[in-house]
Amino acid sequence: MYKYIIRRLLIFIPMLFVLTIFVFGLIQAAPGDPITGKNFDPNIDPEVFERQKEALGLNDPIHVQYWNWVTKVMQGDFGESYIFKGRDVSELIGERIGNTFYLGIFTLFITIIVSIPIGIYSAKKPYSILDYGATTFGFFGLAVPNFFFGLVAIYVFSIKLGWLPSQGSVSSPGLTGIELFLDKLQHLILPGLTLGLAGTASYMRFMRSEVLDVLASDYIRTARAKGMTNRNVLYKHTLRNAMIPIITLLGFEVGILLSGAVITEGVFQYPGIGTLFLSSIGNRDYPVIMAINLMLGFFILLGNLLADIFYSIVDPRIRYD
Amino acid sequence: MSEVKLLEVSGLKTYFHLENKAVAKAVDGVDFYIRPGETVALVGESGSGKSITSLSIMKLINKPGKIEDGRISFGGKDLVGLNDKQMTNVRGKEIGMIFQEPMTALNPVFTIGNQIIETLIRHKKMTKNEARLRAIELLKVVGFPRAEETMKEYPHQLSGGMRHRAMIAIAISCDPKLLIADEPTTALDVTIQAQILDLMDEMKKKFNMAVLLITHDLGVVAEYADRIMVMYGGQIVEETTIEKLFLTPKHPYTMGLLDSLPSLEKEVDRLGAIKGTVPPAHRFPIGCRFSDRCPKVMSKCRDMNPSIYETDAEESHRVRCYLYE
Repeated sequence: MYKYIIRRLLIFIPMLFVLTIFVFGLIQAAPGDPITGKNFDPNIDPEVFERQKEALGLNDPIHVQYWNWVTKVMQGDFGESYIFKGRDVSELIGERIGNTFYLGIFTLFITIIVSIPIGIYSAKKPYSILDYGATTFGFFGLAVPNFFFGLVAIYVFSIKLGWLPSQGSVSSPGLTGIELFLDKLQHLILPGLTLGLAGTASYMRFMRSEVLDVLASDYIRTARAKGMTNRNVLYKHTLRNAMIPIITLLGFEVGILLSGAVITEGVFQYPGIGTLFLSSIGNRDYPVIMAINLMLGFFILLGNLLADIFYSIVDPRIRYD
Repeated sequence: MSEVKLLEVSGLKTYFHLENKAVAKAVDGVDFYIRPGETVALVGESGSGKSITSLSIMKLINKPGKIEDGRISFGGKDLVGLNDKQMTNVRGKEIGMIFQEPMTALNPVFTIGNQIIETLIRHKKMTKNEARLRAIELLKVVGFPRAEETMKEYPHQLSGGMRHRAMIAIAISCDPKLLIADEPTTALDVTIQAQILDLMDEMKKKFNMAVLLITHDLGVVAEYADRIMVMYGGQIVEETTIEKLFLTPKHPYTMGLLDSLPSLEKEVDRLGAIKGTVPPAHRFPIGCRFSDRCPKVMSKCRDMNPSIYETDAEESHRVRCYLYE
C-alpha cells in the first residue's frame, strides 16, 4: 500500500510536467498579451510599452519563455505578478488558499451530512412523500444555476432578512479566537450552501440508487435469512457496500472543491482562489494564471489518489501491491 | 417415522401484484408437511413456484409479492401471523437457509468470520469471543482445514465450493430445526455438487435437522430425499416417497420429467421431452395448469383445475390429475 502511494506520487512528476506544457501553450494560444487593453492612453509613449514587454521577456521566442518559466517553477519560484507589482505569485495564492480550503471543506461537510441520510431514507421508503420531496429537491438543485441560487440567497438572507453577510470572508480585521472562527463560519454559510447545492442533489440521488441496488442483492437476502434485524441489514450490510462508489466520487469532489469555485466566489466576492483566477484572466496576469492552473491540476491528481486510497480501505476486493 | 409435523403448510397462496393490475399467482394453494429429521424435496421447472414457496416460509417475499392466504405452522407457531420483528427470531435460529448463488450470497465487504459470528451473537446471545471459538469449530465441521485463517478471509478469496461451505456453516450455526436449501448445487461443478450434498446430509444427521431441498435435479433427489413433491404452475401436482415416484409415477408431468432423464438400463434413441414451456404465472390456463402440454389431456381438464387425489391407501401418494379421480 505505501509502495503504491509512493509510486502514484512519483507518477505526478511527469504528469505535472506535461501539464506545464499545456498550461503554457494555452496561454500563448490565447489572443493578446499583458499589455493589451492598457496601451490606448495617447499620453504614454508606445516606446514605454515596448520596453515593458522587453523587460518581462514577452518578446523572447516561445521556447525560451517556456524554459525560463519552467526552470523557475521547478525551483518553486512562480515568478512575480504582472499586475500586483512586486508581489510573488506564491504569496498571492498563499493568502487566498486558506479561504478556498475552508469553503471547500465546509461545502463537502454540508454535502455529506445532507445528501447521505436523505438518500438512505429515500431508498428505505421509496415512493413515500419524503422520497418525492427529495426527488423534487434533487431536480431543483441540479437545474438551478449556481450563480442564480447565490443571488437569490443574498437577496433573501442578506438583504431582506439581514441574517447573514452577503460578501467577503470576515467582517472586520481585528477579530481573534472564537469570535474570528464564528465570524468566518457566518461568511461561509451562503457561499457553502450555494456551492454545495448541485453536489448535494446529485449525491442524494446517487445514494438512493446505490442503497436500492444493494438492498436487492443476494447477500442482503442472506443477511435477512440469517435473522438480522432491519436496522442491522440497513446500517451494517447495506451501507458499507453502498458507500463504495460514493466514496470514490467524494475523492474527486475534494480535488474539485480545493481548486476553488470561480462562479460562486465571484457572486459572493469571496477572497479565494476563484476570484483571483478570474481577475488574473481578465488582466492577462500570466504567471498567476499558470500557477493556479498547475495547482488545480495537482489537486485533481491528489483527489484521484485519495479516491483510490479510500476505495481500497472500504472494499477488501481492491488491494494495491 | 413419527407423525409429529415440524412444518405444515396449508393453502399457501403467494401472489405478485403486477403493475398492469394483473396478478401472478406464483404459489397458489400449496399444502405439505415436513416431519422432524426428514429430507423432503421440492422439484419443478424454473417458474414453477418452488423458490417462492421457500421464501414464503421464511417470509422473505418482497413487494410487489404478498402472502395472500394460508397457514405456515412451524413448531406450533403460525409464521404467517408473525410480524417482521418476531420473524427475525425465527430466521437463522429455527430455520436456516442456503441459497443458490455462492458467488453473490455472501457480503463481499465482511470477513467470513464476521458473517458467522454476527449470527451467533444475534441468536445465541454469545459473547464475541465465545462466538469466535464456535465459528472456528463450525468452519472445521464443514470442512475448512485452516479454519482460523479462513475466519479472516473475505468471500472473494474463496472458491465457489468453499463459499458454499461457509454458507452452510452460517445456516447451521444456530442449530436450526429446519434447513431450507434453495437449489444448493445448481451453480457448482459436478464433483463439488456431490461434496456439498454429502456435507448437507452429514450435517442433517449430526444436528438432527429436517431439510427442505429445492431443486430441479431429479438425480440429487433420488439420492438424498425421503419424500418428494413435484410442483407445477404454483401448485403441487404429485407428492409421495422417492421409491414410488421413480417406480410408479402417476402424474403425466412427473412421467414426462422422468422420461427426460437418461437411464442406464434402457437404451433409447432420443430422450423424451415435454413440449412447450411453463406458462407465466399471470396466464395460467383455466383448467388444469398442465393441460396445454399434457399428452393425456381430456376435455374436462380444460374446464376445471383438478383437486389433489389420494391414490394409495397405505402410504401417501397424492396426485392432482383427473386420471385418478
